[in-house]
Amino acid sequence: MAMSRDEIMQQVQEVLVDALGVDDDEVTADATLMGDLGAESIDFLDIVFRLEKAFGIKIPREELFPAENLMNDSEFVHNGKLTEKGLAELRERMPHTDITAFESDPDINKLADLFTVNAIVNYVEGKLEAA
Amino acid sequence: MRWIWIDKFIDFQSGRRAVALKNVTLAEEHLHDHFPGFPVMPECLMIEAMAQTSGILVGEAKKFQEKVILAKVKKAVFFDYVKPGDTIKLDAKIESIAPEAASTSGKITRADKLIAEIDLMFSHIDQNLGGKEFPQENFVFDTGTSVFESLLRDVLSAGPGAADSEQGQ
Repeated sequence: MAMSRDEIMQQVQEVLVDALGVDDDEVTADATLMGDLGAESIDFLDIVFRLEKAFGIKIPREELFPAENLMNDSEFVHNGKLTEKGLAELRERMPHTDITAFESDPDINKLADLFTVNAIVNYVEGKLEAA
Repeated sequence: MRWIWIDKFIDFQSGRRAVALKNVTLAEEHLHDHFPGFPVMPECLMIEAMAQTSGILVGEAKKFQEKVILAKVKKAVFFDYVKPGDTIKLDAKIESIAPEAASTSGKITRADKLIAEIDLMFSHIDQNLGGKEFPQENFVFDTGTSVFESLLRDVLSAGPGAADSEQGQ
């Protein structure tokens, strides 16, 4: 039986509460993982492992949180901002994330703000539909 | 020399599960200060014992080729004191393992009484460099650390589960 978006959100919330030691009410749809919920790099792997278990899906590295590779490529980053090519790449790699606001000022320091609770819910929803 | 905080493995199933024993003794000097007149094993050292049990399990899963370091204590809940004379059993399982990291769950018991639940994350740091350089040699599982070999010799050569039956458990 397919899960509703609310059910997915609820599970994602649970995963993040456990992985990051935050309260339920902090895990809103718009909350950013690093800025609002205090996630660090190892937490991203923890979250990936927990999501795989909670939803019975396989999450390839770089699919859910692909930004790391982009930032180390000079073709994609220039003067601390993503280039046109970088943005195109980001759009392709993160179809589950709305990057419209980021596009107007593609400062790589703001890249972290793209990792929101909502982006995870979108990703999982897409994954479950494809399964 | 490496500081080893577990005494022996009694079960070792490669890539899945490891069970180790640790005997607690009043000869451990810190117990005289923790606490004077009431010696109990510090909880942080229970985490250390679990980190060694789980860490060796994770390292062995990749044949000690990765530098496995403790990256996160996901959960550490304690239910009872551990005192001198106690033997604690550390039961660690690999929950997930990927090229760059592993997550484990663990229980500490004393004669079937639950003492603690300790879940950990380990990073394979070469796969997780984040721009930082680490020494070439494997400083975690150095080939010179024969003490790991001695810990694992019996359980690994005997095959999965064999140590269990030797112990009559």
